[in-house]
Amino acid sequence: MTPRARQTLMLVAGAGLLAFFVWGAVGLPDFGHYRGPYGLVINHVAGSERQVTNAVASLVFDYRGYDTLGEELILFVSVVGVATLLRETRGEELPAGRDDATEVPDTSDALRVFGVVVVGVTLLIGLYIVAHGNLTPGGGFQGGVILGSAVLLVYLTGELVMVRWVEPGTLLEILHSAGAAGLVLLGLGGLIAGGAFFHNFLYTGTEGGINSGGIIELGNATVGLEVMGATILMASELLEQLLVVRRGSPA
Amino acid sequence: MNVLLGIVLTLLAIAAPAVVMVDDPLRQSMVLGFYGLLLASAFFILQAPDVALSMIVVSSVLIPALVLLALGRIRHLESRDDE
Repeated sequence: MTPRARQTLMLVAGAGLLAFFVWGAVGLPDFGHYRGPYGLVINHVAGSERQVTNAVASLVFDYRGYDTLGEELILFVSVVGVATLLRETRGEELPAGRDDATEVPDTSDALRVFGVVVVGVTLLIGLYIVAHGNLTPGGGFQGGVILGSAVLLVYLTGELVMVRWVEPGTLLEILHSAGAAGLVLLGLGGLIAGGAFFHNFLYTGTEGGINSGGIIELGNATVGLEVMGATILMASELLEQLLVVRRGSPA
Repeated sequence: MNVLLGIVLTLLAIAAPAVVMVDDPLRQSMVLGFYGLLLASAFFILQAPDVALSMIVVSSVLIPALVLLALGRIRHLESRDDE
């Protein structure tokens, strides 16, 4: 196919897509005029049935917890896949004595000071967002990424300490898997307690309380753990390779 | 709200092609982060703070970090091959 024909095809297809898009967008209900009954029902019952003030969290971890389980397992499997692939390509590059990583250049003082100031704050924000997922916007996924990036900051400012401390393949993988398994167990808990899969079998507390929501709050915690593990695992696999490569090349 | 949304949508219309047109992947990851922040503000204005938070952490933290790490790795591999 000549470039000219390809361009013509693209323009025709693009115009068609634009036309369909505009047609679809015009037919959407106006902002604030939601017509589906499901969301209205959830908004109505989330507070009285589950004592949570964030209706989104009640949907994600309770009423449609099964969907979240699927999404979480997608993340879990893809991160395991990435880690496996990266390790495969690393192969024999790994030197026997991998403890001596003295060839890696030191990070600058400015970066280290910045890290010290920011890591604590970032950790706190991450924990807050995970812990208050049932009350305010946020939850396990958002908080988990923030927690993971806090650890990543430590990597970037003083990476050597980190690489020795958290060896990818042991603690990280346990964290990552424990988070994923936790949500499955929460779902099974509902089954064992006599209800359905992801039946909310725990005491749901009082409305607006930090411990309200029963499995919603625990679900946030497990997903937070899983996402944090996934973030660090993926980054550390890339970083580990970086370190190995750096170590292999003369400084 | 409509004025704010109009401003953000206009900025988005400028930022989206900008992401595509930047050639250098390093700079592209930064522009992408900015674009994500704009998109997050649009979600926030449309009263979807949960989605906005996810957008912020994914587009301004996760993607740039992973892209930077991958770029660093590629650079080191290339410098080794040159020797």
